[in-house]
Amino acid sequence: MAEVEEMLKRIQAHKGVIGTIVVNAEGIPIRTTLDNSTTVQYAGLLHQLTMKARSTVRDIDPQNDLTFLRIRSKKHEIMVAPDKEYLLIVIQNPCE
Amino acid sequence: MEIVYVYVKKRSEFGRQCNFSDRLGETNVDIQPDPSQASNFIERDPIDAAIQCASDMSEHEVNTERFEMENQGVNHLEGGWPKDVNPLEMEQTIRFRKKVEKDENYVYTIIQLGSLMEHCIKQNNAINIYEEYFEDEETADVADEPPSAKTISVFRDPNLIKRTATHLSWHPDGSKKLAVAYSSLEFQRSSKDMSYESYIWDLENPNKPELVLRPSSPLVCLEYNPKDTHILVGGCYNGQIAYWDTRKGGQPVELSTVEFSHRDPVYGTIWLQSKTGTDCFSASTDGQVLWWDIRKLTEPTETLVMDISRKGVLENALGAIALEFEPTMPTKFMVGTEQGMVITCNRKAKTPAEKIVGTYSGHHGPIYALARNPFFPKNFLTVGDWTARIWSEDCKESSIMWTKYHMAYLTDGCWSTIRPAVFFTSKMDGTLDIWDFLFKQNNPSLSVKVCDEPLFSLRLQDNGRFIGCGSKLGTVTLLEVSSGLCTLQRNEKNLATAMFEREAKREKILEARHREMRLKERTKAEGKEEDVNVETEEEKPEELLARVQQEFFEVIEAEIKRKERATKLLKAQEKEVTDENEDEDPYKEE
Repeated sequence: MAEVEEMLKRIQAHKGVIGTIVVNAEGIPIRTTLDNSTTVQYAGLLHQLTMKARSTVRDIDPQNDLTFLRIRSKKHEIMVAPDKEYLLIVIQNPCE
Repeated sequence: MEIVYVYVKKRSEFGRQCNFSDRLGETNVDIQPDPSQASNFIERDPIDAAIQCASDMSEHEVNTERFEMENQGVNHLEGGWPKDVNPLEMEQTIRFRKKVEKDENYVYTIIQLGSLMEHCIKQNNAINIYEEYFEDEETADVADEPPSAKTISVFRDPNLIKRTATHLSWHPDGSKKLAVAYSSLEFQRSSKDMSYESYIWDLENPNKPELVLRPSSPLVCLEYNPKDTHILVGGCYNGQIAYWDTRKGGQPVELSTVEFSHRDPVYGTIWLQSKTGTDCFSASTDGQVLWWDIRKLTEPTETLVMDISRKGVLENALGAIALEFEPTMPTKFMVGTEQGMVITCNRKAKTPAEKIVGTYSGHHGPIYALARNPFFPKNFLTVGDWTARIWSEDCKESSIMWTKYHMAYLTDGCWSTIRPAVFFTSKMDGTLDIWDFLFKQNNPSLSVKVCDEPLFSLRLQDNGRFIGCGSKLGTVTLLEVSSGLCTLQRNEKNLATAMFEREAKREKILEARHREMRLKERTKAEGKEEDVNVETEEEKPEELLARVQQEFFEVIEAEIKRKERATKLLKAQEKEVTDENEDEDPYKEE
């Protein structure tokens, strides 16, 4: 429990990190450092996108699997680390 | 005459294969010419024949299919929760989250994912893989391309009776929406069936306005609140001030009362920079400037009468037709009047008389546009009669730069928000001129024919790239200028400063010289003045009138005589010339 807190705190402390969200398999945000409406939006949309990306990778090669998703946008970078049960989403402003 | 030729063939030979062979020619009929027929004919001479030497032209029309667009929205709701959890109940969701967080699997995965994520974050912070190395090079290339502007879209007044697009206002965030005020400014010319509506257009959809504003009298001006983009303030033709909240639809939220409003059309409304973001002020041709707080529109918070004799008499006030306010100088503002004078005012002065600081005159007609340069607020642009003028605050006597007199009246103008040396003017002949005084001073660097009817208003978007032009018949044309006109050129600010300073200095020197000359003349004339005074005093108005009339006719007669003499002389000369060389063209000498 405390380890998780520490890990998330450490991630949040890195330079340029805007927000951290943990989402479960249903797309429900479990932990967040952002406000509620932004969190719900990010969680809902990125959960769908990650599922789609994972199924794409698996459809191409059934032995393969998605390990990480990085989305580079004009304003920041959205990083998604997927797992069977949970997604860890970090929004970072990389060029400061 | 009947010609009969009989051809005989046996029945048995019908349909048989033909065998052609050569044989000599034989005459079947011989018709001899009949000379008596010749008398029935008339020879045609000359003959009329038409010949076309221009190439043939044809005109075709093709109508492209109309592209209808529609907006639709989808409302997303939070979902995915287990059946027994209501996402709206805070307690239940917190309990669910706590439960998940205690899960062993959760702890394990997050720690694993966290280390993976940390690696990526560190990677991002270690090196910017998308770094642009040659950013500076590109800007230099832009200057080479010739300036241009292209039409992006056209928004037409959907009503049958067209009205003028009198004022435009861009949505402060991004360039997605444009609010347009429509009204007919021709005195007593507006018909009964004329619509009062004004519109907010979505740039993506030129077919249908996004929101219809329904005032009680047509809007002359309309302005978005820069602090709260849902709110717009409008000035009506009957002098009332109204404000809208786009979330509450097209009916005005509140209207000012008629007794305390302007008595003429409101030609300008501007939002003030206040903490609440609810303060604005307005100007009208009735000669008043009124301040308002939209939370309480029943009466103005402050009033100023545009009387330049500083007595505050409304009868002597000059009609305000243009308004200028620079948020960086919150106490100052400027007013352009119908009489062609610019009045600078200070709102925070102690007495009403002191609020009118100074005047600048130089235009022969109403000042339709007044704008401070966004980079050098000391310099401002005025548009009126046939010219656009640039003034410096220090030179009260004359403008420091001006355009030539155009063939058509100028109707509006504004500065570029990006380039200090670029400004835009619109004309009655439907053209938009783009000036760059570092490139050319006597002519616009680009002149675009936007439409056939007169242009009436224009407004530049804050990014300096898009410009909306409203016409007399309510057509709003959206233009995009080429990137050279909306990117800051190298050294441009310094060059513009130098130009403004040089012109202001020149104007000051001229001013000083004029004053000197006037002083000299006065000292010279002082001796004579007394005699002149006695003479003029003796004359009664009727005598003066008679004398002036007599002088006038004397001048006219002298002119007529001079002309007659000149023609006589000319004729005499001509005669001589023709006598001398008869073979030659007599006009050659002229």
